[in-house]
Amino acid sequence: MNTFNIALKESKLYFVTPAAYIVGAMFLALTGVFFVFDVTAPFAEASVRGIVEWAGFFIIFLAPLLTMKLLAEEQKLGTLELLLTSPVRDWEVVIGKYLASLLILLAILSVTFYYVLLLYVFGEPDTGPVLSGYLGLILYGASALAIGMLGSSMSGNQIVSAVVGIAILLMLSYVHYIGGIVTGLASSILNGISMNHHIQDFSRGVIDTSSVVFFLSITAVFIFLTIRSLETRRWR
Amino acid sequence: MIEVSDVTKYYGNFPAIMDISFRVEPGEVVGFLGPNGAGKSTTMKVITGFLPPTSGSASIAGYDIVNESLEARKHIGYLPETVPLYTEMTVREYLDYMGKLRGMASDKIRTRIDDVVEICHLEDYYTSIIGKLSKGFRQRLGIAQAILHEPDVLVLDEPTIGIDPIQVVETRQLIKDLGGDHTLIVSTHILPEVSQLCERVIVINEGQIVATDEPENLARRLLGRERVDLQVKGPQQEVLVALESVEGVEEVSRINIERGVIPQYRVESESGMEIRADLAQKVIEGGWELHRLEAVTMSLEEIFLKLTTEDED
Repeated sequence: MNTFNIALKESKLYFVTPAAYIVGAMFLALTGVFFVFDVTAPFAEASVRGIVEWAGFFIIFLAPLLTMKLLAEEQKLGTLELLLTSPVRDWEVVIGKYLASLLILLAILSVTFYYVLLLYVFGEPDTGPVLSGYLGLILYGASALAIGMLGSSMSGNQIVSAVVGIAILLMLSYVHYIGGIVTGLASSILNGISMNHHIQDFSRGVIDTSSVVFFLSITAVFIFLTIRSLETRRWR
Repeated sequence: MIEVSDVTKYYGNFPAIMDISFRVEPGEVVGFLGPNGAGKSTTMKVITGFLPPTSGSASIAGYDIVNESLEARKHIGYLPETVPLYTEMTVREYLDYMGKLRGMASDKIRTRIDDVVEICHLEDYYTSIIGKLSKGFRQRLGIAQAILHEPDVLVLDEPTIGIDPIQVVETRQLIKDLGGDHTLIVSTHILPEVSQLCERVIVINEGQIVATDEPENLARRLLGRERVDLQVKGPQQEVLVALESVEGVEEVSRINIERGVIPQYRVESESGMEIRADLAQKVIEGGWELHRLEAVTMSLEEIFLKLTTEDED
């Protein structure tokens, strides 16, 4: 119930304050531009691969920008003190806020459906990869938000929060490049923890259970870390 | 209602409070007095469960603040020093949200919001965005959220800091009115506030409690003496000698030395001795005119300075 109330309040604030609109608009403009490049290229194919890849890339910046204020602002305003002295558990605070950010991310992603609509109007895309691509994008976004939340819990400064989130995301997204250089076990570990490595399958129309589990695990781990990070603020 | 025993809180290696113990009975209004940095806010944060103590324990309404935190928190209304408000919300939205967080039912929230808005005189700002309210109104809103869920214990940290004098008076009156229904603990570094609001004062300095008493007793006890001021028309030297001869008097001094004014004397005596009648008797016996005679209590400012600056002697 508390989780729901917190989620409700946070999503309301997303809708009445300009920040989410601005970040969302930027995200849509950028993915839009790359969508156009993609479909106007010679021998373009009617698939969402381009959308998924570029949207995935921009989510690295979108997600931390959406989540940066969630906990950082509460620390700065001092409202965290009020929130944590109310009869509310720490995890209810974190999950509530996380759900609100997820809702906004879904709202922003849903706008990109009109690119898909265009694909159907002017071409004949395969429906399977479209759906799996979006599933991958949502899973990727869900993980990214959890990582952004951790950043937000670590500082009272929103910029710092966002930068921490973006740094972790960049690292986790591109660590497979290092995986391509080294060999053996190190390579498979680095590939295994790379978010981009896991999302590639989805845009090809393959739903690999291990990738789904991977993204869900990343989400869970970072939400857990956020809760712990919030708890340790009390002990400092 | 509030029980704090041997609470110590370290920030890193720095002890913010050391071995603090006190009790607050139900319905009591207690002032927590100390200079800036004495550990007042830290104590408030421990009581409300925001910061766990490094050692020692605290309980609210019988619930331990660390082990039964959620239960304890339900009994507390807290106004932190910074008056935390969501500046993007309206007054009504904010109170509604705080009510929900405290687990109140929606219809209860609605009636209580009407009540607290009236108590805190926020009727005209019901739908205002909090970011646009003045400091004084934010302070009132802070108090409104603290009393919204009718908590047993109200913890107000520096409730009158940073607002204009008229609003200070209003806020104090508001706090005074709340005193009847709640167990109240108010921290402040403003001395007159304590004597106006509180039945009992806890004085804290450098993280330790240095005194606990009623404001008047504190004065008497600390001074170790009682003071009487007299205004007597008569030859000064003779009056001085006569006053000094009264049993129990330790020191007599002139306190005004302007010409053309009836001389005033300050008599200090051992505490617990009632010497006023004897003093009056002496003056009459001398055939002088007694214009004024009154017992003087030490002002809280004096006590405070004495408590916080004096070396052990």
